[in-house]
Amino acid sequence: MLYAVLCYNDENAVSTWTKEEDDACMARLAVVEDSMKSRGKMGPVARLLPTTSATTLRKTSGEPLIIDGPFAETKEQFLGFYLADCDSLDEAIAFAKELIKANPSGGGYEIRPVGIFHPSELG
Amino acid sequence: MVDNAWIAAALMAARPQALSALLRYFRNLDAAEEAFQEASLRAVRTWPVKGPPRDTVAWLIFVGRNSGIDALRKVKNNVALPPEEHLSDLDDAEVDIAERLDGAHYRDDILRLLFVCCHPDLPANQQIALALRVVAGLPLRQIARAFLVSEVAMEQRITRAKARIAANTVPFDPPDAEGRLERLGVVAVMIYLVFNEGYSRGHSDPDAALLCDEAIRLGRLLQRLFPSEPEVMGLVALLLLQHARHKARVDAEGQIVLLEDQDRSLWDGPMLAEGRALVEKALRHQEPGTYQVQAAIAAQHARARRAEDTDWGAIDRLYQTLEVIQPSPVVTLNRAVAVSKAYGPAAALALIAPLGDKLDSYFHYHGVRGGLLLQLGDTSGAREAFNRAIALAGSPAEAAHIRLHLDRLAAQPALPPASAIK
Repeated sequence: MLYAVLCYNDENAVSTWTKEEDDACMARLAVVEDSMKSRGKMGPVARLLPTTSATTLRKTSGEPLIIDGPFAETKEQFLGFYLADCDSLDEAIAFAKELIKANPSGGGYEIRPVGIFHPSELG
Repeated sequence: MVDNAWIAAALMAARPQALSALLRYFRNLDAAEEAFQEASLRAVRTWPVKGPPRDTVAWLIFVGRNSGIDALRKVKNNVALPPEEHLSDLDDAEVDIAERLDGAHYRDDILRLLFVCCHPDLPANQQIALALRVVAGLPLRQIARAFLVSEVAMEQRITRAKARIAANTVPFDPPDAEGRLERLGVVAVMIYLVFNEGYSRGHSDPDAALLCDEAIRLGRLLQRLFPSEPEVMGLVALLLLQHARHKARVDAEGQIVLLEDQDRSLWDGPMLAEGRALVEKALRHQEPGTYQVQAAIAAQHARARRAEDTDWGAIDRLYQTLEVIQPSPVVTLNRAVAVSKAYGPAAALALIAPLGDKLDSYFHYHGVRGGLLLQLGDTSGAREAFNRAIALAGSPAEAAHIRLHLDRLAAQPALPPASAIK
């Protein structure tokens, strides 16, 4: 079964990390990712740019409303995601636990089973 | 789970909002800073034991306000502080009240805090130092290093700046829409100055690069307060697009590498992507401004995978827009570089010919002019312009860069100018 593991954290706090701290964290996360990859379980992975670069379209009865900023103002922001092929929720939780060990600073990971998935053409 | 690094990052992230709310309560920068400091100390003591609060900003405001009030009271009759174990168990209800109180004000609060740092009576270098110390919360040692002065000198600079502010009345009334935009403009300039201080020093110096990082952080802070203001998007985009090139801008010997010679694989991809996204967002508003147009120019460079792919015609048109919005001989000089690439050095030389009087003491004018003359084969004219540029250079790296041109000139036999051959 395909699970999305969604990463949430306070982007203000993350932005105070030095380049070295950020690189070190990304390197630790890459190890977890590689371990999943070696077992053929890793799908697409993305890190999103800050919510200040976001644009949101709200549906209305007429033309959609285009808003500068994220979909919702929250204390912790949606910063990226992993798609992983896990046999069970337990396995997905184990994967998220590894991510937390690699990135223990604040925030959390939300595990969401995937309904429909169209594989990427981007490679 | 709550380690010291996490607490440090959380405190730094919460600082602008918490400190600016405390400034509103105490109406005194020193008192607000002391209260924030006290709240931070208690956070370091209690969060690892009790766990972090649900809302760090509200917690810091609440505890800071109480400790600050207590400090005022203490002077009179020494009332004891509440026991620490109560502090991280603050009733959620109380926190919610603090949050609601401040949620309504936080935009004007933070803007006021930033605005206070850019008081017009303060010289630019004091404004920047104050913003880095007060808003960004950088340690004195780091700011001193970034400005290449001693810690003592930097402390004096900041103390003087604060004294000057205290002597004036801080504008505590919430501004009207027009006043808000006015403050926004002043703050944007200050953020640009912070960036420029780092950028102009060359990024081989990590302390200077830190200034650029902090300017971007302040810019994003401003953008969160004004998410639909295209000039704020333009400002942040401009900073990101320039900073993204920092690794390629200076070579191993500390020499400046011109844009067209830079190794573009060293450019920071995510930073360029963010900058370009912001330019596109801003331009949708169709309210062009100087930051947006400058960012759009930087984005044109960012698009080109190789220097020869650069759309110089588009850049020339953007500079023409900038000449309309903000007429200045320096803008025209920059446009001349695009014109020389798109339409040849003769056209560019004609464009800058009328600028000689105004820009005679400007390093880049003589550097650009020398380069154009060289392209036209006028080596003696080029040599004269380059010598003039070296005499006006603002940094050793600038002078060294021009000297390279002169060395190359010295290595080849003097040719008659191209115009003479014709």
